[in-house]
Amino acid sequence: MLSKRIIACLDVRDGSVVKGINFEDLRRAGDPSALARRYNHEGIDEVVILDVTATIEKRKALADTIAAVAHEIFLPLCVGGGIRDEAHAEAAIEAGADKVSLNTAAIAHPALLSTLAKRYGNQAVIVAIDAKRQNDRFQIYVRSGQQPTERDAVEWAREAEDRGAGEILLTSIDRDGTKRGFDLPLTSAVSNAVSIPVIASGGAGTFDHFVDVFTAGLADAALAASIFHYTEHAVSDLKQHLREHGIPVRL
Amino acid sequence: MSIALIDYGAGNLTSVRKALTHLGASFETPSSPAGLASSTGVIVPGVGNFAATAALGDEWRSAIADAVGRGRPLLGICLGLQWLFNGSTEAPALTGFGTMTGTCTRISNADGAGHFKVPHVGWNSLHVTRPSWLLEDIGEGDQVYFTHSYAAPVTVDCVASTTYGVEFASVVERDSICGVQFHPEKSGDVGLQILRNFLRRIG
Repeated sequence: MLSKRIIACLDVRDGSVVKGINFEDLRRAGDPSALARRYNHEGIDEVVILDVTATIEKRKALADTIAAVAHEIFLPLCVGGGIRDEAHAEAAIEAGADKVSLNTAAIAHPALLSTLAKRYGNQAVIVAIDAKRQNDRFQIYVRSGQQPTERDAVEWAREAEDRGAGEILLTSIDRDGTKRGFDLPLTSAVSNAVSIPVIASGGAGTFDHFVDVFTAGLADAALAASIFHYTEHAVSDLKQHLREHGIPVRL
Repeated sequence: MSIALIDYGAGNLTSVRKALTHLGASFETPSSPAGLASSTGVIVPGVGNFAATAALGDEWRSAIADAVGRGRPLLGICLGLQWLFNGSTEAPALTGFGTMTGTCTRISNADGAGHFKVPHVGWNSLHVTRPSWLLEDIGEGDQVYFTHSYAAPVTVDCVASTTYGVEFASVVERDSICGVQFHPEKSGDVGLQILRNFLRRIG
C-alpha cells in the first residue's frame, strides 16, 4: 500500500536554517545538511529546502545548500523559493534537487510549468499554492503570502495539473505558524479536484493533526518544519502514532 | 573500465551519479555507442514518457546488446525498466529492448473504488516473489520511492511486485539483466543496498 509521506521543510536564508533551530549543535552551525542528516536518520520521507527570502530579495535558491543537503541524503529533495525561470530551475536541479517548487512564477508565467515538465518530467514540477480563506473560497496569495491575487486555489490547482505539475504543495496562510492543525476543508477540496498528489502544509501542532489531514483532509503527504525541529525523534514518533491510527507509513 | 551510465536525455542523472559516487563506483556517460565497448556494466536510467526511449536508436541498442552478450550486467531504472519490455501503450509506435516479454500499461484501479491518483508517487512496499541477486539483503515489505504512471506486468521475470490499484512488476531480473521501477538512488538505505548488489554483480 502506498505510504503517506512525511516531509520536513528546511527554511533557509543565506545558507542557514532560520527557524526551529533548537538544538545546541544546530544552533551553533545553523547547518541545513546537519538537520537533513538527522531527519534522514529519524526516517523522514522527503526534504524540502525553501529559500525563504528568495522571492522578496530576488535571490535564487542557494546551490551550495542544495548540494550539501543532497550529499547527505538519498531521498527525494525538493527546492523552492525564488525559482522564477527555467535557468533558476536548472541551477537547482543541477545542484541536486529532484523537484522544484514554483509559486509566484507559476501564477505569473503558467507556461513555465509545461516547459519544465517537458524538460524534466512532471514528477520534477511542484506547484506551491499559498491560500487564504475568503468567504466560501480559497484565495491565492503570492510573493511569500504578501500579495493577494484573484485566483482561486481549487481552480488553479486543476490548471496547474493540466499544465504539467506533478504535485501540489498547498499551504494554508490562515493556519501557518498557528499550530492549530491543517486546514482540512482547503486540503480536501484541492485533493478532490486533482489527480496528482497533494502535500498539505501549515498548522501542524500535534501528531493528531497529521492523522486528521490524512483522513478528513485527504492529503497524500504532509509537510512541517518546527514540529520536527523542536522535538528529537519527532519524525519516528509521529510515524509510529500514524501507524497506530491505521495510516500507512514507512517505518 | 567503468560502468556506462546511458544519458539519452530522459531526465536528470545527478542523483544517480551521486549515489554511484557515494558507493565508490567508477562510471562514465559515453557520448556514443562505441563508448560501451569497454564497459563493465550498463545502467539505463530515465523518467518521463516512453517516447523518450526513441533516443535509444539501433546503434545504442546493439552496443547495449553486445555488452550484455559479453556478460555485462544491465540495470534499467524506472523508464529504463519499462524499456526492457516489448513496449508501452504510452508510445505504441516504439519498441523496447525486448528482454522481457510484455507491454507496459497505464496504472489503473482494478477495483474502481475511491479517489485514485495517477501518477503513483511515494513510498510503497516490495513483495518479493522469488530469490534474486539484485534483492539480496532486501526484506519482504521494504519500502522504496516510486514516481511513475505506467508499469510493467507481472511475468516470469518478476522478482518483486508492488500493488497500487493493480499489482505490477517493481523489480525484474533475468540472468544479469535487471530493472527497478522505483528510484534506488532516492530510496534511502534500501535503495543503496540494491545498487550495491548490482555493483557486486559487476565485480
